[in-house]
Amino acid sequence: MLNPQVMVVGAGPAGMSAALAAADCGVKVLLVDFFSEPGGQLVKQTHKFFGSRGEHAGVRGIEIARLLGEKVRTHLGVELLLDTQVLGYYPDGVLTMERTVDGESEYLKARPRRLVVCAGASEKPLAFPGNDLPGVYGAGAVQTLMNVHGVMPGRRAVMVGAGNIGLIISYQLRQARVEVAAVVEAAPVIGGYAVHASKIRRLGVPILTSHSVKEAHGERELEGVTVWRVDERWQGIPGSERHFEADVLCLAVGLSPLAELLWQAGCRMAYVPELGGHVPWHDEHQQTSVPGIFVAGDAAGVEEASSAMVTGRMAGLAAAASLGSCPHYRELAGEARAQLEALRAGPPGEKIRKGLARLEEVARRAG
Amino acid sequence: MRIGEHPILTFPARRKVTFFFEGRPLEGYEGEPIAAALHAAGIRVLRESPVLGRPRGFFCAVGNCSSCLMVVDGVPNVRVCVEKLREGMHVERQVGKGDLLGAVAAKRGVLRAGGRGGEGGA
Amino acid sequence: MRDDASAAGAVKAGGRGDTPAAGAVGAGPVTRQLRKTGLPAVEDLAQVMPPEEVRRRGPVAVFECFERIPCDPCCWSCQRGAVKPFGDINDLPEVDWERCNGCGLCVAACPGLAIFVVHEAYTDTTSLIKLPYEFLPLPEVGQLVGALDREGTRVGEARVVRVHKQREKMGTPVVWIEVERDLAHVVRNVTVAGGEQGE
Repeated sequence: MLNPQVMVVGAGPAGMSAALAAADCGVKVLLVDFFSEPGGQLVKQTHKFFGSRGEHAGVRGIEIARLLGEKVRTHLGVELLLDTQVLGYYPDGVLTMERTVDGESEYLKARPRRLVVCAGASEKPLAFPGNDLPGVYGAGAVQTLMNVHGVMPGRRAVMVGAGNIGLIISYQLRQARVEVAAVVEAAPVIGGYAVHASKIRRLGVPILTSHSVKEAHGERELEGVTVWRVDERWQGIPGSERHFEADVLCLAVGLSPLAELLWQAGCRMAYVPELGGHVPWHDEHQQTSVPGIFVAGDAAGVEEASSAMVTGRMAGLAAAASLGSCPHYRELAGEARAQLEALRAGPPGEKIRKGLARLEEVARRAG
Repeated sequence: MRIGEHPILTFPARRKVTFFFEGRPLEGYEGEPIAAALHAAGIRVLRESPVLGRPRGFFCAVGNCSSCLMVVDGVPNVRVCVEKLREGMHVERQVGKGDLLGAVAAKRGVLRAGGRGGEGGA
Repeated sequence: MRDDASAAGAVKAGGRGDTPAAGAVGAGPVTRQLRKTGLPAVEDLAQVMPPEEVRRRGPVAVFECFERIPCDPCCWSCQRGAVKPFGDINDLPEVDWERCNGCGLCVAACPGLAIFVVHEAYTDTTSLIKLPYEFLPLPEVGQLVGALDREGTRVGEARVVRVHKQREKMGTPVVWIEVERDLAHVVRNVTVAGGEQGE
């Protein structure tokens, strides 16, 4: 049985920041991740980050992964447990894990005094005939295949979703020499940053707003995609169909928080569409309704990596403070709070602000 | 297809290993997900669904969705998007739900024979 | 100097506890065309275009950044303090045209790849454009490449004047091209033979 003072689940931008913040307070931290390298989804983000210098603005995600990864590997207060999947949370506060090295698995248990869940998010599916054909991928999966493993997903792609993920990955498909036939977006306007949209338009990639997938075609694998215009109620308009030959169809239609552990721990959950679906209620210290359990990053509500680093730091500081190990908590948390507010202040932050307000409202109604 | 030169990324050199897909020898890089090695070899149909027998492939890349379950060294329901490739692995398309009991028996047999990594391995 | 400017910006932004409530909501001055297609409209471009006398004078940065997003590397990448410190990280860049000499450091620094340097009067008949280019193969000096507009449509030819690679591979290369004068504010990309770009 491992008995860390703080256990952090997930070594992505939020988890690494949480672990470092807590460890800097002198707390012993166990940082657990399923993959063999720390970094989470940063390891495939070849684009430069927005935000400010505190969140490594202008630096590519892969470089941020390397910088933070080196810190968690070398920090004496952080024990990094990789290749380890957390299986469950039990009523006595024990977490079970499976660690796999060279195909050999071992079963581990931990009872941390404080738990910080930074498990990230998973991609949402989209319902249409043929959506199960090989060649239909989550957009993030294609990004992993290309940018982590160096493998092309196919030759010609259609992207569904013009949020930042869809736009960025369309650009990255082109960098990997995969043609992008079109980006389709059901909403009447592009959801992602205009600069990302302009970037792919300059490459000659069309963006079809008010369009969605009607059907994916193929015998054994994807061969083509039919898209059509949708009305203001997002219903397809017969007669508006367009066909694209494609062997890759990427779905970038949003993310849902991965909060299974928090469900198991009995944390109060709320359905908040702006935050990606069911999210754990949490206070401004990132603490859930269960004292001693904290949440940060996309698991707390889908946002983006810059703010994940800040919510992670906040959670790490708060976990350390609750153990009496963070004497300057008010000051440090105040700084993090201000940084978060700045990141969320503009028009793109509106959705998050609405979502967080709704989270409060749902919790209040539930008493 | 492997990405050759990339404008931003440099892919580190890795050790080439041989593995078997449906008995056919293929090459991949040690430690990469089995699904990546199969994709690089142009193999995208990874299993057939239990009820309708529809082809399924790689979908989420993070071990979440179970679209990519294959039979690896006789063990069914292996998520090949996260399972690391090793020398001599035998990978097969999974049809249906996978024979767990048969797999347990097979694995025991292999273990008794003192080896890992499939019948006879490489 | 740069550190000071950035710190000042951070302090200002950090000091505003009421920022989320006060933050502008909605697209503001961004046109519907830009929101719908990713192509800036004439009105969008008019808002960011440096004054005519500045453009006549020599190379100058054109910030095709129309939307308030949390981002400020243009400010601290500028060695000459030409981009005024951000009060709020979501601010649009405000440029002191007297200080901008069109060096192009911000072109490589901008995460949105939204900054271009244009020297309208490069020669009597041509203009020079410095643009970010993250594709392979990189063009070579002297090479003739296809000149693409904001929609990726080929509108003419460009001669490569310089290729500024960054010290690290992760940096964004900046390609300098010479185009016909009337294309100075039309061309925003190039297509290199053998590359994956363009048509």
